Amino acid sequence: MRVPLSWLKDYVDIPVPIPQLAERLTLAGLEVETVTYIGLPGAELPWEPDKIIVGELRAVHPHPNADRLVLAEVEYGGPAPEVVVTGAPSLLARRGQTDLHIKVAFALEGAHLYDGHAPGFQVMKLKATKIRGVPSRAMVCSEKELGFSDEHEDIIYLPDDAPVGVPLAEYLGDAVLEFDIKGPFAHLYSVFGIAREVAALLDLPLRNDPRRVAESHPVSITPDPDFIVLAIADPDLCPRYSAAFIGGVRIGPSPFWMQMRLRLAGMRPISNIVDITNYVMLELGQPLHAFDYHRLRPRPGENRPAIIIRRARPNEQMTTLDGTLRTFDSDMLLITDGGGPVAVAGVMGGLESEITDATTDILLESANFHFLSVRRTSRLLGLTSEAAQRFGRQADPELTVPAALRAALLMAELAGGTVAPSIGDIYPGRQPSRTIELNHADVTRILGVEIPNEDIVRILTALEFTVQPASSAHPPIYRVTVPSHRPDVTRPVDLVEEVGRVWGYDRFPPTLLRDELPPQRPNVRLECAERVRDLLVGCGLDEVITYSLVDIADEGKLYPQGPAPDAARYLRLKNPLSADRAYLRQTLLPSLLRTLRENLRFQERVAIFEIGAVYLPVEGQLLPDEPLRLGIAMTGPREPRSWLPDRQTTPLDFYDLKGVVEALLAGLGLSGAFERGQHPAFHPGRCAQVSANGHILGVIGELHPLVREAFDLPEGPVAALEFDLEVLMDLWGAPRRMTPISLHPPVYEDLAVVVDEETPAVRVRDLVAQTGAPLLRSVVLFDVYRGEQIGPGKKSLAYRLTYQADDRTLTDAEVARVREKIIRRLEREMGATLRGG
Amino acid sequence: MLEQLAQLETDALRHLEEVQTLEDLDRWYHTYLGRKGALTTILRALGNLSPEERPAVGQRANEIKQRLKTACEARTEAVRQAQLARELEAGELDVTLPGRPVGLGHLHITTRTLRQIYAIFTEMGFQVYEARDVETDEMNFGLLNMPPHHPAREMWDTFWITDELLLRTHTSPGQIRVMRERCPEPIRVILPGKCYRYEQITARSEHQFFQVEGLAVGRRITMTDLIGTLTAFARRFYGAERRIRIRSSYFPFTEPSIEADIDCILCNGKGCRVCKYSGWLEIAGAGMVHPVVLANGGYDPDEWSGFAFGLGVERPAMLKYSIDDIRLFYSNDLRFLHQF
Ligand SMILES: [Zn+2]
Repeated sequence: MRVPLSWLKDYVDIPVPIPQLAERLTLAGLEVETVTYIGLPGAELPWEPDKIIVGELRAVHPHPNADRLVLAEVEYGGPAPEVVVTGAPSLLARRGQTDLHIKVAFALEGAHLYDGHAPGFQVMKLKATKIRGVPSRAMVCSEKELGFSDEHEDIIYLPDDAPVGVPLAEYLGDAVLEFDIKGPFAHLYSVFGIAREVAALLDLPLRNDPRRVAESHPVSITPDPDFIVLAIADPDLCPRYSAAFIGGVRIGPSPFWMQMRLRLAGMRPISNIVDITNYVMLELGQPLHAFDYHRLRPRPGENRPAIIIRRARPNEQMTTLDGTLRTFDSDMLLITDGGGPVAVAGVMGGLESEITDATTDILLESANFHFLSVRRTSRLLGLTSEAAQRFGRQADPELTVPAALRAALLMAELAGGTVAPSIGDIYPGRQPSRTIELNHADVTRILGVEIPNEDIVRILTALEFTVQPASSAHPPIYRVTVPSHRPDVTRPVDLVEEVGRVWGYDRFPPTLLRDELPPQRPNVRLECAERVRDLLVGCGLDEVITYSLVDIADEGKLYPQGPAPDAARYLRLKNPLSADRAYLRQTLLPSLLRTLRENLRFQERVAIFEIGAVYLPVEGQLLPDEPLRLGIAMTGPREPRSWLPDRQTTPLDFYDLKGVVEALLAGLGLSGAFERGQHPAFHPGRCAQVSANGHILGVIGELHPLVREAFDLPEGPVAALEFDLEVLMDLWGAPRRMTPISLHPPVYEDLAVVVDEETPAVRVRDLVAQTGAPLLRSVVLFDVYRGEQIGPGKKSLAYRLTYQADDRTLTDAEVARVREKIIRRLEREMGATLRGG
Repeated sequence: MLEQLAQLETDALRHLEEVQTLEDLDRWYHTYLGRKGALTTILRALGNLSPEERPAVGQRANEIKQRLKTACEARTEAVRQAQLARELEAGELDVTLPGRPVGLGHLHITTRTLRQIYAIFTEMGFQVYEARDVETDEMNFGLLNMPPHHPAREMWDTFWITDELLLRTHTSPGQIRVMRERCPEPIRVILPGKCYRYEQITARSEHQFFQVEGLAVGRRITMTDLIGTLTAFARRFYGAERRIRIRSSYFPFTEPSIEADIDCILCNGKGCRVCKYSGWLEIAGAGMVHPVVLANGGYDPDEWSGFAFGLGVERPAMLKYSIDDIRLFYSNDLRFLHQF
């Protein structure tokens, strides 16, 4: 929405600088995105006040040496008229005319202008010259030369009352405010609507209300005018339809001032009739449509054309103004005549009944359509128009008649037409005006500042609400009547907003929350997730966050031996951006593996984790489960590359990841248990199921070579895991007690036992620990040996044992007794033998 | 005998001066002062002397022994010093070589930014409340005062799963969830989470992003509280010198609605490309909770009031760290993530 300041000033004084006005409007919710200056300081081409002025063309003399040139004699307030050589077509046509009083834009030597004949907009300095032997040192300007448009063929004709000798910037300079209006507010899509806001914000009176046009031009309003038959078949979509008749118009260009305003507002001038409909729409916010009256057909047996507003019949068709054949569905509203569709209601007119140069009589439509219907039709047809934008934001139904009359009168004035004495108007959707009780105490309760009574009344009144005291209570209660242009205001709080924004949020003092503090609760889930993040970062892993929307084929790659996951058991988007973002993930691993691969292009070691939800549909439940998962993937050398000779360059493997898991669980105060696990994505011999305190967390392992290949990952182990974080969060946070630290010295001892290869190490450890308790405090495996010394199918496990008591120093005899017990159980229960014992 | 002693002393002292290592010193000690050393041998031979000679020679021998011992101690100290000096010299490192790499992990920049936001609001009594990603149409729109066909629904381009289910376009459905869970307690929560919009992925827009919603509900919550809370946040997050501007705005689920701007942190309000030459950067959309939304949450709007605000997470991080491409956040390029 673009509003020229000069137009705004028709309705309200603007006594503040433009930037200040723009800021004030922006703060009040009418965001001024840009201010474009025309001719004024700040413009791309400011018009020099002493060199670019309003001139008066007095005579057009023939050029002595050229047929295609004339000499224009221009009065401009200087000591004598200036004669300039010009080839402007409309001046050539006036060759030989004298005693003229035509106002033009006149530039003197030294003025900076856009070069009318150069491509684009290039600034040039006007120099004295001689054209075909006649000196010329000034210029009658075209629109392009002043920067209005790229029109450079002919000159600008200013209105007759333009004051000769006045700087053009003063007379024609302007600033255009471009608004970004948020919210469905049709009342802000008009110059007058903006003026009403300005008046309220600056506490100034409004003038020249275009809606009051009938006061000076009374007309009769009738549902049955003699020029048309009106019928609304679907009043739910068309609350009101008004129509005026203007006969005997002459189609031609609209006057300069109107073209200028349309251009500045962002619309292209077309012809006087079309321009007037656009002009009044911009002015008041009421879209209008002009039909060529003689193209409208009567219904059979009737003597005058008919307008019937009805829903389209299935697959009904019509060609719109833009030349496109449109097909409608039965929820789209059409304007039809006796023969068929003539316009898409509120969106665009039909080509058939369009105004042409031959048009003489006009039927002017000024109607109101249901905003949702217009939005729907506009969206489905892919057709946006200025009209649809306004109707789609709930246009004011009370505007139809004033806007029709205003436009009809302009057509009479500017196109030589005659306005029919009555206006047709059917209004089945008339709504009673809405009244809201506003309690002053509620204004204060919501806003937090005490806004004076008189300010509330003033602000609401300026916005055309009618405010009356509802009682003599104190603080007061107001009975507020909502004007027809504010269908968005339905509750007291809507009025509170009007008061707040106009009074000015910049006047609101910031306060701290004074209200009661709500009960504070522990947040185990968040605290646990954050602790997990910190622990993993401490283990040297990098956190990543990937997309929830994935390619289901990627999840299938985790099952190299098949079967692929069943797509029907996934949540799938109806409108995906692309095929690889169509499904909601059920595992974190594919994205982690992709991330791994991407980063391996730049570094040899990558260790990453993600905490995020997966989305699991649940039978009989509308919403899916969204459990949080923890995923880890790591590959590359054990340590980052370095010059140091003792760095661990071997590839990391299962045990590196297991170390991370052990550290993680220890950091959470949990003890993990690992047993052989199975998962299609993992190496069958290098996969473990992990549980903590008896609850399964998930699997860890090295990727199955086929999975590694499927994800295009290089040779070498890729260790990965996926845990159900929900289980960890449930386990975490249980009360923990510290273990006292013994003051008595520990006794250290090594124990190496030979067991069968198949015996899981953890069983040996557990047996040792269990048997040695309570004096045996720690069992640390420090060597695993296989080889000749112990024979095939055997392994030696060497542990460092630490014995300690809380209340005494242990004697050798005590330790020996425990050790004996351990050895005996190992021998008996595991067939273990003591090595080197 | 005395001459012999004198010669011994001279030899021993001269020899001592040549000693360079502790091992040589040991050897010297053995040679001269040890149990089988020269001096001991002489002292053992004292018995062969006449009783007259004995005291003088003995005294002399003891003097020499004392002197040699003192000299030996001094030499020991000197040799130790020299040896230490040699060792230290030999142990010299090139301190300019890189240190042993420590595998330090990095939190994702989004997590870091979320934590900064949590920390600021936690101090004001807000607690984190997390809600779901897959939502119903009713939660995402309907109960937030956007019944079916409400034009404001077009403000969000939505990913649909079914006619009823969608990916939340904002964290606001969490408002309804937390209100229904906590009613009739007062509420002060922030609701972080992933949101989704049907938007082509470009340098400026992502289809997945994070938001943090704030919600306070109570019997005395006002617009000035909202302005104060946003001001406190902006100054903590963007710097104490920031200026805050409150503009009226429109959201269907708040009334009145506002937006908060800060003066541009890049140009200090003078106007630049990032702030589109306005000098201001939008940091939050906010407002007083709409009475319909309060009622949908179970609170009587005549007695209760509340405010809500929505903050971006990526956008503030982009401003703070001069990141010019939002795609970096979820491309997970470690060369990017390692910078934070
Ligand atoms: Zn800036």
